[in-house]
Amino acid sequence: MADPSTIPLAHHFEDQEQQHETTAIGMWAFLLSEVMFFGGLFTAYLVYRNRYPEAFLEASGKLDVTLGTLNTAVLIGSSLTMALAVRAAHMGSRGGVVRWLLATIIAAGIFLGVKAVEYSHKFHDGLVPGANYAFKGTASADTELFFALYFGATGMHALHMVIGVGLMAVVAWRWRPNNVVQHPDGVEVLGLYWHFVDLVWIFLFPLLYLLGRHV
Amino acid sequence: MNPLTVTAVPKPKRNFWNHDFSVKSWLLTEDHKRIGILYLLSITLFFFLGGVMAVLIRLELLTPAGDLVQAETYNKLFTMHGVVMVFFFLLPSIPAVFGNFLLPLMLGARDLAFPKLNLLSWYIYMVGGVFTLFVVFKGGVDTGWTFYTPYSSTYANSHVIAAALGIFITGFSSILTGVNFIATIHKMRAPGLTWFRLPLFVWSHYATSLIMVLGTPVVAITIVLVALERLFRLGVFDPELGGDPLLFQHLFWFYSHPAVYIMILPGMGVISEIIACFSRKRIFGYRFVAFSSMAIAALGFLVWGHHMFTTGQSVFASLVFSLLTFLVAIPSAIKVFNWTATLYKGSISFSTPMLYALGFIGLFAIGGLTGLFLGCLGLDIHVHDTYFIVAHFHYVMVGGMVMAFLGAIHFWWPKMTGFMYSEFLAKIAAAIIFVGFNMTFFPQFVLGYLGMPRRYHVYPEEFQVLNVLSTAGASILGFGFLLPAFYLIYSLKAGRRAGPDPWQAKGLEWTVDSPPHPHNFETVPVVTEGAYEYGPEEVKRG
Repeated sequence: MADPSTIPLAHHFEDQEQQHETTAIGMWAFLLSEVMFFGGLFTAYLVYRNRYPEAFLEASGKLDVTLGTLNTAVLIGSSLTMALAVRAAHMGSRGGVVRWLLATIIAAGIFLGVKAVEYSHKFHDGLVPGANYAFKGTASADTELFFALYFGATGMHALHMVIGVGLMAVVAWRWRPNNVVQHPDGVEVLGLYWHFVDLVWIFLFPLLYLLGRHV
Repeated sequence: MNPLTVTAVPKPKRNFWNHDFSVKSWLLTEDHKRIGILYLLSITLFFFLGGVMAVLIRLELLTPAGDLVQAETYNKLFTMHGVVMVFFFLLPSIPAVFGNFLLPLMLGARDLAFPKLNLLSWYIYMVGGVFTLFVVFKGGVDTGWTFYTPYSSTYANSHVIAAALGIFITGFSSILTGVNFIATIHKMRAPGLTWFRLPLFVWSHYATSLIMVLGTPVVAITIVLVALERLFRLGVFDPELGGDPLLFQHLFWFYSHPAVYIMILPGMGVISEIIACFSRKRIFGYRFVAFSSMAIAALGFLVWGHHMFTTGQSVFASLVFSLLTFLVAIPSAIKVFNWTATLYKGSISFSTPMLYALGFIGLFAIGGLTGLFLGCLGLDIHVHDTYFIVAHFHYVMVGGMVMAFLGAIHFWWPKMTGFMYSEFLAKIAAAIIFVGFNMTFFPQFVLGYLGMPRRYHVYPEEFQVLNVLSTAGASILGFGFLLPAFYLIYSLKAGRRAGPDPWQAKGLEWTVDSPPHPHNFETVPVVTEGAYEYGPEEVKRG
């Protein structure tokens, strides 16, 4: 553990324990809010998948499972590097925090890069609603709704990742070796946020990519 | 003014107003009290902006013909009135101003849990407000404050996206405020301040914060989908592309019904504080009142379908929503009965805050009971989308929340500024507002029952008498709302010093100077008794 006496304490807290618990409960409350945000999208997905099961099945077949699986692995790996950054913060290892955060940023970059490749494929295949939608399928015209939800949900998820990358860059910069002592809580709640973003993908991946692949 | 009292209470030397006068110290402040003041100024601005629109609406309705404004302009007026009043006044009003200012003081803390986040929430609110002002000056939006699809997403030719974006952005300020309050109430209570010693104001803000955190993101994603549909024809709510406009209504009301409780719960907290102080008694059935706030927050998430009785949702769903709607009446009635029981054998004084509190109880009772009319499946078909519903929600929102807001500002003004206002003028204003309010909105119950639909700028001639009555009432009400702005500001110049506890009220916020020191407490207080320990006989009973 880092020497507790050197960790900064904000003026309105009594002690480190109070500061730590308050910060954590704040982030958990915010994540509750995030759950409800994505909950709205998942509700829309449930309603329409239930209404147009064949169209969803057919449209899901147009997604690239290989790239999706690759991205799932990359994202789970980034959760590991993030957990290691949190551990380094609690041990007071500045170099460790910076290294593991950079590793997480790189993983996020790979994920977003792959996502960009997937998006451009969809664009070339005429699968972007509102822009150039051409795929009618055999089931009905409602395959377009699937892609509307696909771009809506993965787009919102990607936006959360971009915000996360920005926050990681700021925190990594603050933990640079010759800066003043930083509070490990900052890395810890950032970790909570990142695991949440990871978890959203764990739900999105099967719901979007793996329709019709269950035995 | 009594010269003796001027000298009796010396001005506190260093307080949150005078410790730094620079503009920068205000714009970059992390002090919850200063942020509360910033919110007070901003929401007052929006309140009067929304009020101007209300005045124009009432003027148009003075005559049966559409002679003041065109139909399109009228649509924009009632839409902007609703958007501004709901999202930029009512939702932030008591939580962002008084919650911000008072929660740390009531809890014995030096600040809210996340001071920087608190400042950020004010800036986010202002950015959302700028979008809304932009919409107002560019010609408005005409969808109604509910933004129903597919009109809003496909057909409307007004500034839907900018208005939606403004609401979306302000939503985040609401979420951040909620997160901040939850963390503060959980972890920043002074030693000895257990959950059941908390003032009921804190309980009601806890319940409010839960709704802010759980409800607001749902309307946020809904607004995003509407904007995407308008920009890119995404089609989630567009029947032409297989989407379902009813899904929009479900998602919208999943937030916007609980939002009604964001608007009323903090007001209920204020009323509990005022009733206890001016009856010199503990709140009757403290735990019931505390838990009724939580019950309202929980049930509030389960009743959204009562806005959709006429939309063709399943009859069985409507039955369940109707039943659940009636259940909300139970915790609401617990509050009203317990406040009334608190008055019983109390030592009541009719100071200005108490006048507003008593007004709240009566008007909220009318607003709440007419809500039960609307929860009846059969009766709702008859009065749906008429002036009956307009009158109903104005009784709750204006008769309830605005009365509570005015009660709060009269109760805590001495704490915030250190000055007493003119009690005489304040009582007159309270009476004018009460009369004006009832004259404006009671005729609308009758109009609605007789069948006058809402959201039209012309109406049959037989409705004119009641409409003239309503407009006359609105003029009185508008005048009443202007009065406090004048005598409260005047009190800063000529009011006598309040001292720490001008009402002999209980609660930690009254133990510190008025206005409080920048860090609130010299030493962290230790709490040894429950809230509202007024009078020796009450202590014994506690």
